[in-house]
Amino acid sequence: MAVETAEGYVKVIVFQLKEEEYAIEVDHVQSIERMQSVTRIPGVEAYIIGVMNLRGVITPVIDLRKRFGIESQSYDEATRILVLKKDNNEIGFIVDGANDVMDIAESRIEPTPEVVGGVAEEYLRGVVKLDDRLFTLLHIDKILNKNEEKRSGA
Amino acid sequence: MSQSEYLEVFIDESQEHLQTLNDNLMKLEKEPADISIVGEIFRSAHTLKGMGATMGFEDLAHLTHNMENVLDLIRNEQLEVTSHVMDVVFESVDDLEEMVVDISNGGDGSRDVQEAVKKLEALQHGEKAADPQTEAAAAVEAAPAPENTGSVQEDYDEYERTVLTQSKEQGYYPYKIEIVLDEQTMLKAARVYMVFEVLEQVGDIIKSTPPADDLEDENFEFAFVITVISSVEKEELEKRVMKVSEIASVTIEEVDVTFQEKRPASKTEEASPAPAAADQAKKKEPKSKKQDKKEETPKKGNELNKTIRVNIDRLDVLMNLFEELVIDRGRLEQISSDLDNSELSETVERMSRISGDLQEIILNMRMMPVDQVFNRFPRMVRSLSKELGKQVNLEITGAETELDRTIIDEIGDPLVHLIRNSIDHGVEEPHVREAAGKPAQGTVQLRAYHSGNHVFIEIEDDGAGIDQDKIIKKALDNGVVTEDDIEKMSDQQIFGLMFSSGFSTAEEITDISGRGVGLDVVRSTFETLGGSVTVDSEFGQGSLFSVQLPLTLSIIDVMLVEVGEEKYGVPLTAIVETAIVSKEEVYSAHNQKVIDFRGNVIPLVFLNDIFQVPDHEREAETEYYSLVIVSKGDKIAGLVVDSLIGQHDVVLKSLGNYLTNVFAISGATILGDGQVALILDSNALIK
Repeated sequence: MAVETAEGYVKVIVFQLKEEEYAIEVDHVQSIERMQSVTRIPGVEAYIIGVMNLRGVITPVIDLRKRFGIESQSYDEATRILVLKKDNNEIGFIVDGANDVMDIAESRIEPTPEVVGGVAEEYLRGVVKLDDRLFTLLHIDKILNKNEEKRSGA
Repeated sequence: MSQSEYLEVFIDESQEHLQTLNDNLMKLEKEPADISIVGEIFRSAHTLKGMGATMGFEDLAHLTHNMENVLDLIRNEQLEVTSHVMDVVFESVDDLEEMVVDISNGGDGSRDVQEAVKKLEALQHGEKAADPQTEAAAAVEAAPAPENTGSVQEDYDEYERTVLTQSKEQGYYPYKIEIVLDEQTMLKAARVYMVFEVLEQVGDIIKSTPPADDLEDENFEFAFVITVISSVEKEELEKRVMKVSEIASVTIEEVDVTFQEKRPASKTEEASPAPAAADQAKKKEPKSKKQDKKEETPKKGNELNKTIRVNIDRLDVLMNLFEELVIDRGRLEQISSDLDNSELSETVERMSRISGDLQEIILNMRMMPVDQVFNRFPRMVRSLSKELGKQVNLEITGAETELDRTIIDEIGDPLVHLIRNSIDHGVEEPHVREAAGKPAQGTVQLRAYHSGNHVFIEIEDDGAGIDQDKIIKKALDNGVVTEDDIEKMSDQQIFGLMFSSGFSTAEEITDISGRGVGLDVVRSTFETLGGSVTVDSEFGQGSLFSVQLPLTLSIIDVMLVEVGEEKYGVPLTAIVETAIVSKEEVYSAHNQKVIDFRGNVIPLVFLNDIFQVPDHEREAETEYYSLVIVSKGDKIAGLVVDSLIGQHDVVLKSLGNYLTNVFAISGATILGDGQVALILDSNALIK
């Protein structure tokens, strides 16, 4: 694993959802938090489970399992909240676990296979096969764009 | 000379004086007979002239000076207040405004004022059919003339008389010097000061009329009288005084100290100083009126002097820091109540009190009356109605309603647009109105008021109203909606179509409104501010545009309530009261639960239903409902909650850009224990 991100490499954070591993560019990740209390917001999409107090900032929290249509499971010790930041919007994503940072060569990112279990294609940037592991690389812009979500969610 | 540091003050004060001018001119137009208003206008114009001249803005001073001349004629009832006269004066004020704007934008405030000046001069000459010389003379006459007739004969009190008599006995000459300043004099006080100085070199000043204070404040026309005792000859004295520039004339006469025989007659009125003063005031009516006015306004002046300007950004930083403090305060309060240490809780209580005071000050610093925006509308309406040949009366109420500064700064333009809209499209031409059985003069009402956590600004006209069919047709033509959509829409929603982009109902495009780009911009401006705008209209009867704006009090007082496991904050400003009612008192009206609340039937809103609170056991053990009675305008409703926790000061935080338009939630706050509680927007819950 390279110490620095060399030209043509992207540094990603790897997290788990169910049995699969996903990756997201580290630049967008503000912090990784343990599960904490979340206040429910009534009348919003089911995958928005509420808002939390992140060091004084009210931060929306999204359950990625629900977002991707994967069956829910109760949160446990391994559950993490990935806090992403884009255009001054901080949003927390609940994932099953996050414990790896990797450098991935851009050249190894392959286009998403036509059908990937329930996740709308446009959120996926591609897949990466590294040794025995397969990561699905997520498209951060699309995930944070709510209009897109609504459209595909409908 | 470093004028830059005065420049801001100059600009500020000029704007204020221009506003006063505008306001009073409007007033004068309504009541042309009220000469006292002219006095006030004159004063503003005069101050403006002085300031302009001091700062070296010649055009500004020149124009104001000419305006002053016209005003003087009006004041002396030599010129009638006609619509034409007002137009010319208003035009000059417009010119002045442009100049001040230019100056504030870094320009030199120069402007071609020839035309305006010509018009003003035409007024002076036209009415008087005389050359400026006589006009000047007339002005001079206006003030000092009465003195010659004896009505402003210097009255000396006993002490002064004694001094005069004694000085005469000791070989000094008591003189009464009447000095008339040149009409062009910009800094009268300075001239007066110079005259005083000259006189003090050669003698002692016994008395001046008007008193020295008034002279310093330029509370006089062009003439004043000084009584002085001096050893020098009359001619010498005159020469010395004439050395001071900008003096039109000096008349010196020796005081007749043998006024003993006059005494019996004036004895009574001189017995006490009070009647004498009153007497003096009566004689110089225009002056004393000015003084009266002055007493009304000094507050303004003092405020100005005590103001410092702070960049709004700094206030924002201050606010943010304070918000942090409030959150920590909440935490401290919680800790102290958990620990139950009396010393700690005493300190925390004290701190809470102080920070509460601090909070009020910080919030108030940012609040400004909407008058800041409203005050320019009367002028606008006036010129607009002239332009369109309509008669419009603008009624403003609630101008004192306060809003956060940042909001005030933004709402001006959209409001201008709405008012223009009302006048252009709403109010009809006089003959149309008369034909419809309405008074020829249309009325546009501009109202501002607080309600709950919001400020409402309403613009209502009694004009033609909005033709729904026309809107529908237009909307269909422009492809804003489809016919299917229309079917499902309420009246309000149909009127709301006017705010869609690419929409204009004016058949002819005028340059006042109706470019079709306006109303959608208006809507988006208000929405960016966290507000909204709605229209209601009755065809033929008029329309009502209602703008709802948040107070943006980022720190608000809320009543925390519990529903199931969840906590919500209800802004205290929306709460009428809290109540506990027995379930037996709840009635059902067409499937809507209502209660009889102080003689009114009010609907109940079950928060657990609205918010679909999970695991909430509706038919709970208790026999009673806890209610928070909230109001929106004059409508009230009862929110049913599980329990009332108490009142808290909280920092209102936005839910962020990601979560927009969450129904009935205006934001969130962080409680003392670090939990997030949502803040209710009770307005959304009341229909």
